[in-house]
Amino acid sequence: MSTVTQAPAPDESPVRSERPVYKVTSWRVLRSEWSKFWSLRSTWITLGLALLFVLAFGLIAAARYASQSEAGRPVEGHFAGATAVSLALFGISFGQLALGVLGVLVTAGEYSTGTIRSTLAAVPRRLPVLWSKAAVLALVALAVGGVGAFVSYKAGSHFLSGTPVALSLSSDGVVRSLLGGGVYLALVGVIGIALGAVLRSVAGGVAVLVAVLLLIPGLVALLPSDWEQDLGPYLPSNAGESMYGLSQSSDALSPGAGLAVLLCWTLLALAGAAYRLMRSDA
Amino acid sequence: MIEAYQLTKRYGEKTAVDRLDFTVRPGAVTGFLGPNGAGKSTTMRLIIGLDAPTGGTVTVGGRRYARHAAPLQEVGALLEARAVHPGRTAYAHLMAQAHTHGIPRRRVEEVIELTGLGSVARKRVGAFSLGMGQRLGIAAALLGDPATVILDEPVNGLDPEGVLWIRNLLTDLAAEGRTVFVSSHLMSEISQVADHLIIVGRGRLLADTTVHDLVRQAGGDSVKVASADPGRLREVLAGPGVEITGRAGSEELQVTGLSARTIGIRAAEAGIALFELTPQTVSLEQAFMDITSDAVEYHGSTTLGRRAAGEADATEKSGSAA
Repeated sequence: MSTVTQAPAPDESPVRSERPVYKVTSWRVLRSEWSKFWSLRSTWITLGLALLFVLAFGLIAAARYASQSEAGRPVEGHFAGATAVSLALFGISFGQLALGVLGVLVTAGEYSTGTIRSTLAAVPRRLPVLWSKAAVLALVALAVGGVGAFVSYKAGSHFLSGTPVALSLSSDGVVRSLLGGGVYLALVGVIGIALGAVLRSVAGGVAVLVAVLLLIPGLVALLPSDWEQDLGPYLPSNAGESMYGLSQSSDALSPGAGLAVLLCWTLLALAGAAYRLMRSDA
Repeated sequence: MIEAYQLTKRYGEKTAVDRLDFTVRPGAVTGFLGPNGAGKSTTMRLIIGLDAPTGGTVTVGGRRYARHAAPLQEVGALLEARAVHPGRTAYAHLMAQAHTHGIPRRRVEEVIELTGLGSVARKRVGAFSLGMGQRLGIAAALLGDPATVILDEPVNGLDPEGVLWIRNLLTDLAAEGRTVFVSSHLMSEISQVADHLIIVGRGRLLADTTVHDLVRQAGGDSVKVASADPGRLREVLAGPGVEITGRAGSEELQVTGLSARTIGIRAAEAGIALFELTPQTVSLEQAFMDITSDAVEYHGSTTLGRRAAGEADATEKSGSAA
């Protein structure tokens, strides 16, 4: 190159010859997303809240049920038809908000802060980033949700022993339900990730998440009843409920079908996120 | 080595980058100049694949950026806007970037040291000053020991010490044989470090030149000489590569191609008394303005009627002043 400041040749060769060989791999991207996940305070706060919701609401529900039951009154209201499992998982509907919001933060937060530019500069193929984020959150949410559900159940049985709903872990479907609670939270977290990646806005992502989990089920309940029976069970929240519920009402899906439906929703959301990530400028 | 061929980016109606052709070569600092909104940042985003071009291609080291196995080792980029989560520490940010490539912790500590971030590396980036943020951006750009370094307005918001630091850094990087591509909207800033210049306006390539050529093209470094006998002085100074102009009946001559020192010596040898001997450095800034305003005039006659016409007026004024 004929330029004004010609690089002195001896300087150039050492730089080149000593260069280490780096390479981007899926595993390393996962490692990077893992470290990014834990290096933010918001992660710890939302995870803490999720765990707190699952545990606290589960315990309060069990304690309330036990006190009503001891008083000899017929159990009514929220707790009519309760089981030890449904009481333990009472906090799931609150925990899901915390984990869903965390999912939105993981992706949309990168856009609102500009981090996405660093992220995609390092991994310009892009898709590994999405898969890694989803994997990290799914894993962590599964752990938090699963641990929360089991601890809540264990601690709750303390209050519930001697009441009509007391169950042991070996009872039919108990372990499946508690694990189902963890899986549900993991999938809601992944849906949050996908919503954040599609909308690229924390506020927008959280709004749609709340709409999907809370508003739409309420809205569908207002539809004519045969419509409601056709649509209702396939909504993400209802499909999830049949997955972690111990006993299913007659019009609900089986646990396996519930899992399949919720997985479909999750994959659909991820597909949308992948499309947006690949097709739009960052 | 960065090669752009007919690179084009349109956002809806607006064409941000318009059929750019240029090559940025290793071993030198190449300045990327243009007024605000000329398409510099967009071009840089296109280079590292954050935006997809509407047309044309741009490659780094012979391949599209995304096709490299270790992109951070190929290109290190500091983009105009901050690209770091304010809630993360500088160290965590760099470490996360490093993980994607398997870059060791040692290298992270090295760039922290190199950019002088040692004392704040464990603090959250949200509390950083503008200058610290820039240094972190540069640390991230250098992390992969890249063959090409792209910096978008790197001295924005830096104090004089920081500006000097960047200048030395750029020169050093180029001397190590790397490709260094630096954007700025200020000619004064870039002319101190850059050898090569790529000048754009309204997304179009206006000039692909060197600082040296630009100076020459703009009239070069001339010397104003006033003497008792301009006619004879012309003869004394005449020679290859020397250009002398002057109005008839005036004592003043404009000489290009000779230094003031040489002119003085030759005049003394010839016994001509000089009244004035003033080197007149052409303002690069002015040369830059002339180039960019030409483009505006060109646009004015074709597409961008009213706005360009207003700027063309301004050009005439500055033209007559010069």
